[in-house]
Amino acid sequence: MRRHFLKALGLMLVTAGGAFAQQPVEVPFYFPVAVGGPITKLIDQYAADFNKENPSIKVSPIYAGSYQDTIVKALTAHKAGTPPVASVLLSTDTFTLIDEDAVVPIDNFVKTPEDKAWLGGFYKAFLLNGQIGGKTWGVPFQRSTIVLYWNKELFKEAGLDPNKAPATWTEMADMAAKLTKKDASGKVTQYGVQIPSSGFPYWLFQGLTTQNDVILANEAGNAVRYDDPKVIEALAYWVDLAKKGVHPSGVVEWGTTPKDFMEKKAAMIWTTTGNLTNIRSNAKFDFGVAMLPAGRKRGSPTGGGNFFIFKKAAPAQQEAAFKFARWLTTPERAAQWGIDTGYVAVSPAAWDTPAMKKYAADFPPAIVARDQLPFAVAELSTHDNQRVTKALNDGLQAALTGAKTPEAAMKDAQREAERLLRSYK
Amino acid sequence: MNTKAVHAYLLLLPALVLLVAFTHYPAVATVVDSFLSTPKPNRAAVFVGLDNYVQLVEDPIFWQALRNNLWFALGTIPLSIALALVMAMWVNERLPGRAFLRLAYFTPTVLPMIAVANIWLFFYTPTYGLLEQVGAAFGLPSRNWLGDPHTALAAITVVAVWKEAGFFMIFYLAALQGINPSLREAAAIEGAGRWFFFRRVLWPLLMPTTVFVGVNAVINAFRMVDHVFVMTRGGPDNATALLLYHLYEVGFKFWDSGYAAAITVVLLVVLASVALLQFFVLDRRTHYQ
Repeated sequence: MRRHFLKALGLMLVTAGGAFAQQPVEVPFYFPVAVGGPITKLIDQYAADFNKENPSIKVSPIYAGSYQDTIVKALTAHKAGTPPVASVLLSTDTFTLIDEDAVVPIDNFVKTPEDKAWLGGFYKAFLLNGQIGGKTWGVPFQRSTIVLYWNKELFKEAGLDPNKAPATWTEMADMAAKLTKKDASGKVTQYGVQIPSSGFPYWLFQGLTTQNDVILANEAGNAVRYDDPKVIEALAYWVDLAKKGVHPSGVVEWGTTPKDFMEKKAAMIWTTTGNLTNIRSNAKFDFGVAMLPAGRKRGSPTGGGNFFIFKKAAPAQQEAAFKFARWLTTPERAAQWGIDTGYVAVSPAAWDTPAMKKYAADFPPAIVARDQLPFAVAELSTHDNQRVTKALNDGLQAALTGAKTPEAAMKDAQREAERLLRSYK
Repeated sequence: MNTKAVHAYLLLLPALVLLVAFTHYPAVATVVDSFLSTPKPNRAAVFVGLDNYVQLVEDPIFWQALRNNLWFALGTIPLSIALALVMAMWVNERLPGRAFLRLAYFTPTVLPMIAVANIWLFFYTPTYGLLEQVGAAFGLPSRNWLGDPHTALAAITVVAVWKEAGFFMIFYLAALQGINPSLREAAAIEGAGRWFFFRRVLWPLLMPTTVFVGVNAVINAFRMVDHVFVMTRGGPDNATALLLYHLYEVGFKFWDSGYAAAITVVLLVVLASVALLQFFVLDRRTHYQ
């Protein structure tokens, strides 16, 4: 009996040793889910396929909640000494990740000419947020931008051309006035236009400021221009829409905005391209998708998440994570990811794949986001990002709820932001 | 030390280890952290004295969150306790469908707060939400409950009351069932009215339960923020920022752990003093059988 036991023990040790000898490189990979659809299933499938093609690497995807949950988990783990090897995080958190010394530049792994061609192959607009201090810190992965959705049926009812979205601010305001409906008692039953302002109003507001030809933050991320006259003017335009009664008053919930559109309570809405698949499958009417209207020019911020590699991981793990990032962003895969989720495929090459061409031919609204990219700017991001952004968010909500004038609100936001950024000059 | 004492300590050890590791040590560490600066990769935490507390005094959002929280507490505590008591008296009576009523009142407690908040989000939605539809039937004007700083805090207070009352009802119900029915009979013979009976017999007998429920209600008033995340994220312009929500933002969005520790200490002190006050002052005036 005892001999059997020893034999079994020996066998176990041998197998364990054998397994150890050819143990694959472990790559724990955190990812958030920020849009509808079977994201977890897709990511798990990608990891399984990648692991099959690369037996020496084992990528284990870990669903980590929302973007906010994911960065909390990743940074807490980093501070405790055991961060994930890779994670998808908001591109605007790049400054935070650098300031916490949590990530390594992607350039560290870009060695061959093919690598260089790969990094150069992304849309410039998507690289902007990840490029700081002459280095690239994040690989564009699940990226989005803001577009305008309009209800063609309601346009027809209002006597407007159902196939023509507003091209300028003036047009949008005029059309919104025609699209606003009131019942006998004077209560609005259908708003002309709706721009959500809960949670992260700065992002949608950045559409307006970019169109008014002003950039909110400098590239070094240590100065903002919240009280620029053009910024105040952009905010006044937004506040005026509500004052005229063609846009809901107060703060408009981001989460219910697509629903408001589908319920025909708003004839035009601004929201992310990430909602495209959702609205396509649930809207019971013909709708269109357009670039945001132009003020002095066209414009929209980009949004969404980049792929980051963590500093405290072993070099072999970092190399493996880099390989995974390259694999994820090959044109075919980037195209499929875009089709499955509604995110904007991140490289021109992805748009040239047969799958993407077919999708775009079947569903032309999908191309709008891509065509808007030449006008896109980096999403607002600075050192101490979430705090500096909150100063703007609070100011925007104060103006939209009528607590402050646009000018006073932006002056206060600027003062607060300058105080916060003092130590980064 | 005799064997008995050793045994006793051994038996206490597992619970003690857990309490020290997950409650007492973190609490002490928080107090220590509140006197240190937030560590940065190139600069370890240093002693800064009361700097974090000075920052707290100068932070307008902290004061607003504190003010909001006091209003929130003032709204939720008396309302949910009164409602709980009324519901408990009602379902304590012999009436048809009693079990169903009890279950119905208790349901909000069972539901997860995040789910509840999402449901209420649609109740409050302007133009087609439930409140709006009911209001429209009576010809009331349209309101953006959560998007207006004047109504947002009240709106999230109502959700908290709705969620909590059923839970407190269970305690009152248990207490009511523990009251000797002969008291009611005796009071009836003496010719006491219902209100008199409630005021001079039931209410004093329920006092221990009320103290317990009151302590819980106070703690919950400072602890319940899940629905803020879903419904308003502290907006519009911090109108619904509660202390714990502000604390979360400072700690896990702004990564300012030193300042977050200072807010935590204030929160702990407030809660501890309220609990002590309740236990020592109210307790003395409470009749335990």
